[in-house]
This record gives sequence, C-alpha cells and structure tokens, in this order.
Amino acid sequence: MYRKLRPIIVKEFRQIKRDRRVLSILTLVPAMLLLLNGYALNFDVRDIKMAVYDGENSSQSRELINSFLTAGYFEYTEHLTDYTQAQSLIDEGTVKLVLVIPPDFSRDIISGRQASIQLLVDGMDANAATTIIGYAQAVTQQYSQKIVLQNLSKIGRKSYIPINYEARIWYNPEMKSAKFLVPGLIAFILAITGVIATALSIVKEKERNTIEQIDVSPVKPLSLILGKMIPYALISLVAAALVLVAAYIMFDVTVKGSLLLLFFATLLFVCAALGQGLLVSTIADSQQVAFQIAAVVSMLPTMILSGFMFPIKSMPLFLQIISNITPAKFYLVIMRGIVLKGVGIEAFWQQLIYLLIFITVVVTISVKRFKQHTV
Amino acid sequence: MNPMKALELHSVFKSFGEITAVNDLSLTVDRGEMYALVGPDGSGKTTTIRMLCGIVKPTSGELRVLGFDVQKQKEEVKKRIGYLSQKFSLYGDLTIDENIEFFAEIHGVYDYKARRNELLEFTRLTPFRDRLAEKLSGGMKQKLALACTLIHTPEIIFLDEPTTGVDPVSRRDFWKVLAALLKTGITIIMTTPYLDEAERCSRVALMDNGNILMADTPANLKKVMNGEVVEIVCSDIRRSFALMKKHHSVKEVQAFGDRLNIVINSSVADMQQILVHLQENMITVNDWRVVKPSLENVFISLLTDRKKV
Repeated sequence: MYRKLRPIIVKEFRQIKRDRRVLSILTLVPAMLLLLNGYALNFDVRDIKMAVYDGENSSQSRELINSFLTAGYFEYTEHLTDYTQAQSLIDEGTVKLVLVIPPDFSRDIISGRQASIQLLVDGMDANAATTIIGYAQAVTQQYSQKIVLQNLSKIGRKSYIPINYEARIWYNPEMKSAKFLVPGLIAFILAITGVIATALSIVKEKERNTIEQIDVSPVKPLSLILGKMIPYALISLVAAALVLVAAYIMFDVTVKGSLLLLFFATLLFVCAALGQGLLVSTIADSQQVAFQIAAVVSMLPTMILSGFMFPIKSMPLFLQIISNITPAKFYLVIMRGIVLKGVGIEAFWQQLIYLLIFITVVVTISVKRFKQHTV
Repeated sequence: MNPMKALELHSVFKSFGEITAVNDLSLTVDRGEMYALVGPDGSGKTTTIRMLCGIVKPTSGELRVLGFDVQKQKEEVKKRIGYLSQKFSLYGDLTIDENIEFFAEIHGVYDYKARRNELLEFTRLTPFRDRLAEKLSGGMKQKLALACTLIHTPEIIFLDEPTTGVDPVSRRDFWKVLAALLKTGITIIMTTPYLDEAERCSRVALMDNGNILMADTPANLKKVMNGEVVEIVCSDIRRSFALMKKHHSVKEVQAFGDRLNIVINSSVADMQQILVHLQENMITVNDWRVVKPSLENVFISLLTDRKKV
C-alpha cells in the first residue's frame, strides 16, 4: 500500500514546497488568524466606563458611588451636573453606563422608605449590557444589605445574612474569553486550511488535466485520495501544534488534559476537514470555484454553527439540527474538554465516534464521485 | 480474442446525450503497427482513443486492447498502455526528472533510473533534467510527455494529436523519436490533423461522423481516389482559383502559392476543356501535369463524395 501512495505523497510535498500560495495558506494564515481573532474576539466585560449624575451629593450617595467604583468592573469618567447630559454621553458611546441618584435618595433611606436609583445602560451590545446590569445589580444588592444590617443593629438586634454564597469558577477561573476561544480558533483554522488546501490541490489536477494521466495509470482513486490527504494532514497537524504554542505564548492557554488524546482527536478532525475538501473538489472544476465553495463550506458553519462563538443550545431547533453538519461542533467539545477541563475520553467518546462516521461518509461519497467522472 | 492483435473494436457506439460521437465503429490493428486516425474535428477520433484507454465508457460494443477487454480487464490494460492526451499535462512545478519519476512510480515501476536516462538521451532532454517542466519549450514539453508515457515500457501507446502546436523542427525531431520507437516493436495509435504525418503511418483510417470511411495503407488509399489530381502553374492564382471553383468538371481546388491543384475525373477527358476555359478568361497557363494524389486529396474527395450522397 505504502509503495502505491509514496509517489503521490512525494510529488505532493514537492509541489507544496514550490507553491508559495498553498504553503502560506497552510502556515502563515493560521498564526495570523490566531493573532487577529485572539485579540479582537474579546467577550470580556471589564473597565466599563461609567458616568454619575448625583442629584443629592450626600454622604450616603457618595458611599453608593464608591461601592460601584471599588467593585473592580467600573471605570469612573465623569460627574454630570445635568441629567440631560446622560443621553449624549451614551449616544456618543463615551460611557456604557450612567448611574442616576435622585435628590431624595438618603432621605428615603433614613426614613425607611425604599429609595430608587436609575441605571442607564447602552444596550447596543446586548451581551455586554446583560453583564453590566448583572454587575450593577450585585453592587446595589450588597450596598442594600449593608444598610439593612446597619438599621438592624441600630435597633439593637443582632443580625446576619442568612445565606452566604461563594462562587468558584472552574476551568477558566479568570473568566478570560481567550481561553474559551482558542480551542475554537484552532478548529476554525484547521477547518479552513484543511478544506481549502485539499480542494485546491485536487482541482488543480483537474484544471491542468493531469488527473487524466493518473486515470489511465493503475493508481486507484482511493490511493490518489489518500496520497493527497496524508501530506496535508501532516502539515495541518504541524499547523495545529504551532497554534497551540502560539496560544500558550500569547494567551497563556495550557493543555490540561492528555496531549496524546488531543493529537488523536485533532487527527480525526483534520481528516474530516480534508474529506470535506475532497468532496468540494469533486464538485468544482476550477480552482476559483473550488476556493469559493471551500471557503463557504468551511468558514461559515465553523464560525456560526459549531458553538465557537454562539452557544448551540440557544439556537432555534432547526439550526441545532443543521449544526450537526459541521464536524467542528464535535471537535470543539473534545478540544474544550481536553484543553480547559482536562477530561478523559469518557467525556467525549460520542463526539469521536461522530467524527469517525463523518469521515467515512464524506470519503465514501468522494471516492464514488471520483469514480463517476469516468463517464 | 486474439492476443496477437493490438486492437480489436466491434461495433462500438458512444453517445453523449443527443450527440453520437462514435457510431458503429469496428477496427483491427496488428501489433507493431503505426496506425493513424485522421478526420475532421468532431469525427470521433479522440473519443475512440479515450475509450481505448478506459477513460470513457462506450455506450455499447466491445473494445479489446492486446486481447484484454477494456471494460472487464481495465487493470490489465492500464499496465500495458501509455496515453499521451491532446493537452498532455505535465506537472509544471516539478522538474523533468521528477515528472518522469512520478509517472514511473504510479505505474508501479520503481527501478526506473536506467530507463529514465535512456529516454532522456533518446529525446535529448538530458541537459535539462533539473529544469521545471513549465520552463520548457513546447517541443521539449511534448518530448518529455512522450518520455513519461514510455517510462513503464508500454506495449502500445495512444498519441492524441501529439504534434499539434509544435514547431516544424521539433515536429521532425518528435517523428524521429517515434520511428526509432517503432523499431522496438511497440504499437503506436495516433490521431493527427496533419495528413503528411499520416502518410508515414503503416495504415490510416479516415474517420467522419463517428465512423471509419476507409482504412488502409496510404498507398492503397490513394488508389481508391476517384479521379485524378492535376497541378496547374498559371498566372493570377486568385482569379483562376475562383474560375476553377465554379467549373462543372472540377471537383476540388487547392491553391499553393504559384500553382493550383485540381481534382477532376479524368485528365484525358476534361483537361482540354479546362485549359480553354482558363485562356478565354485571360489566364496564362505555364505548365500542367498529373500528380500523385496526396492523402489530403483522397480524404477531401471522399468527404465531398459522401456529402453529395
């Protein structure tokens, strides 16, 4: 078997070596994508710019403002003298949050009535707004509790807060989105390079008609396909390793679980991506068309349907079903499991099996279609 | 079923949808022959060759190459044939040596080095062996393509218009290589648009509309020519050409620089009348003689006869 594959593998490596375009797609693009996406795709909500309109200017109101500022999430920018300024600040995007304290704030508290404050939040980025409201709520809640405790102790009652909770965040304690994104990025990069490179390399043979010479030789379609896939699989694996190293250097992402398992899962995913590229190559007849189809087939589903950026569970049902067409969805579960959680095979054997099925189906269809082109 | 025959085709049909490319084609070629398929574009030459190589499946009929059924014993056939397609494609980003190595190995030849040197010598490509194929001239590319088709020592090679687009000097070079090859006992099947090339073949099949009009040695083909070819050296070639074209007893006219070639039924019966006609139109005829018909004359007369029917 190896004897039959060897000439194709050797030839492929020689061509890759000489084709700067393919070589750069395979090596430089992954690193660039990681750099761009890793820094640009940041879901962390920190240093939220806030302005304050304090209508009262009492010690009580200043205490509330202070508890906002010491919470660690908010960055104080301006003290408003006029309530109407709030609107323009939010419109301009200078601040994400305006805290409005009414003139009778402390009076209400002291006299035992419920005091109200107003939060104006820029809702343009809905995710960020939700997070901001959450933070603000927590700060307000804490401050309210403090007041309750103070009041109770004034009337001489010993008091306590009935439930004290302590949240511990596992796997990504600093809640850095980079850690969550990097596994997804690796999948994304492998999908794009794998699908595009394979599709291009086979369509090139069609375009230049060299495929006909292989057709009249005793080489079987499966040998040709495997001979083409192996070099690209190897290069993709190297690219994946490079991305992991870069992720460690740039974003401090370390692999918690077994490297061997990670290698094995990545190999499967790479094969799935190459299989897709193969299928594309049986559809397209020119490199241009192949590039476009391959880009659409690999980029969009991996970006949108894999759970890379948008959680699959919050998608409408039919999209959840469609999301199964992208192998990245399954690889991501495995990746995040191994890299972030350090879990073993028992946590993702189903996904591994799915990838195996995906590869078998895609490669079988491709080989069939390959044979068919002999009309 | 005769393994001594290089090719045997029995009533082969091939249609692509509505179009019938090959229509009831039967053909036998002996081993060691150099056999040419000639015919106008779309006459089914390339389709026939592609069917013989197993790239295209026939709609019906039987094709045997070296005694093996192309459909049922594809692998046996593939081992023994070489195919140089119309636009044979080499890997432009591989060197001459690497191209030959690749084609050797995909044909299961791993001990190719001696044969490669021999073929490079033979095609005089040795000095360029480390050059990328895309940097070669058209003629060199064609010779490299031939070397690639020959690396696994096939018993029969199919050449589809091997010299189209190659300069005359390289063409002659290429033919020298083919002639030398033929001495080694290989069978060569080729298509060509150049009838002077076809004349060098042992047998020629004239194809039209997916069928063979006639197949024989070039000498025999010329005998079946209906009528005679007369060469006329005269003044004002253009006007005489127009005159001859309209003349009722002239079946075919071709102009060559200072002379015309006309095809007529009989020089004895018609020539006098034609000369008079030319003179009446103020054309000076310097000389005329009956010449041997070329394959081109034969072919064109066969095609025009057929159209008239």
